[in-house]
Amino acid sequence: MKADTSRTLFSFLVELVIYSVLIVIYFFLILHFLGDWLQHLEKENIRFYAVFSITLIIGQAILLEWVTTFLFRLLRGRSE
Amino acid sequence: MIFLAMHFPISGTDISPVYLVTIGFLIGILGGFFGVGGSFIAGPALRAIGMHWNFAVGTDLAHIVGKSVVAAKRHRALGNVDLRLGLIMATGTIAGAECGAQLIQMLKRQGNVDFVVSIVSIVIYSSISFFMIFESWRTVRLQKRRGRSKTTEIQRGRYAIDESSFAGLTRFIHRIPIWPLIALPTSGVKAISLWVIIIVSFIGGLFSGFLGGGAGYIRMPMMVYILGIPTHLAVGTDLFEIIISASYGTFTHAIKGNVDILVALVMHTGAAIGAQIGAILTQYFAGPKIRLLFVPLPLVGVAIVIYTLITGHKL
Repeated sequence: MKADTSRTLFSFLVELVIYSVLIVIYFFLILHFLGDWLQHLEKENIRFYAVFSITLIIGQAILLEWVTTFLFRLLRGRSE
Repeated sequence: MIFLAMHFPISGTDISPVYLVTIGFLIGILGGFFGVGGSFIAGPALRAIGMHWNFAVGTDLAHIVGKSVVAAKRHRALGNVDLRLGLIMATGTIAGAECGAQLIQMLKRQGNVDFVVSIVSIVIYSSISFFMIFESWRTVRLQKRRGRSKTTEIQRGRYAIDESSFAGLTRFIHRIPIWPLIALPTSGVKAISLWVIIIVSFIGGLFSGFLGGGAGYIRMPMMVYILGIPTHLAVGTDLFEIIISASYGTFTHAIKGNVDILVALVMHTGAAIGAQIGAILTQYFAGPKIRLLFVPLPLVGVAIVIYTLITGHKL
């Protein structure tokens, strides 16, 4: 039981580290370059910005869900 | 570098991404576990770092959309989402949210919006908490007397034994013979008036428009006690429904210039992992225990409102 808990905790910590590295790369590669363009879009075409914002957050949600599920499976060798 | 403040040009704020990710992570766990948006924490957390109130509300809604997608997907994999119920509820919620927003505009014109909203929220949040303490405690005691442990419930894997000590009220509501009657097989409801579902979701939407946020704190308990939806399914379905209603809210706020999508995207990176953890955790808790653990959430809302009333500062 105790061994199981420490294994789960260890896997979780490894997942967090990998996830954090991916997120930091994402911040600098994607969000940094997207910032100015989104600001411009918000000023020029607010309706398109609104639709694009929703698409962007849903797209990110699906992508991150896929990444975390992949990490869960990779490190634990099974689906949650 | 990542600990330093990052500039977000749309809202014109400088915020540390670590702060946003941490807030998102905590709200993600709460959302995945309880089926709430967590706006009562996210709003004040964004305000606390200097974001304008209008941006805090709109950005929080955008982040709720993303977080709910992740949590609802995970709940769907666990069999905790009733799609039919969620789609019906979304229509009532959107209509209710519009009415709530109109009510706010009316109160604004009369000049006493802050006081009325504060008093209503204190009464509503406190009532939900005290009712849920009473009901969950009674149900847990009943189950203990019958010798049913949470392990038994997980092993059986069905929702039929997710009891509520207010099952009598639920049965009475299920017997209301107002046409059209519909069945919700996923939730184990044989027949219920469509109007009851619409009214419940309308009330949820009304509070969402009136008090802000997704109003999961009122919708989730109503789904359990009035519609008779098992707690795990209520959490998952509420999250699915929040995707639709929060998307609508995000759109309306975005066209008013109240959404900084970059802040929402950064917050969501933390929420994505938190929401999955929260959703997985529901497997280890029985329905009444989840409801009992839910109790402090509306009380946090009460504390925030009382603080605002006393100090005059909006958190």
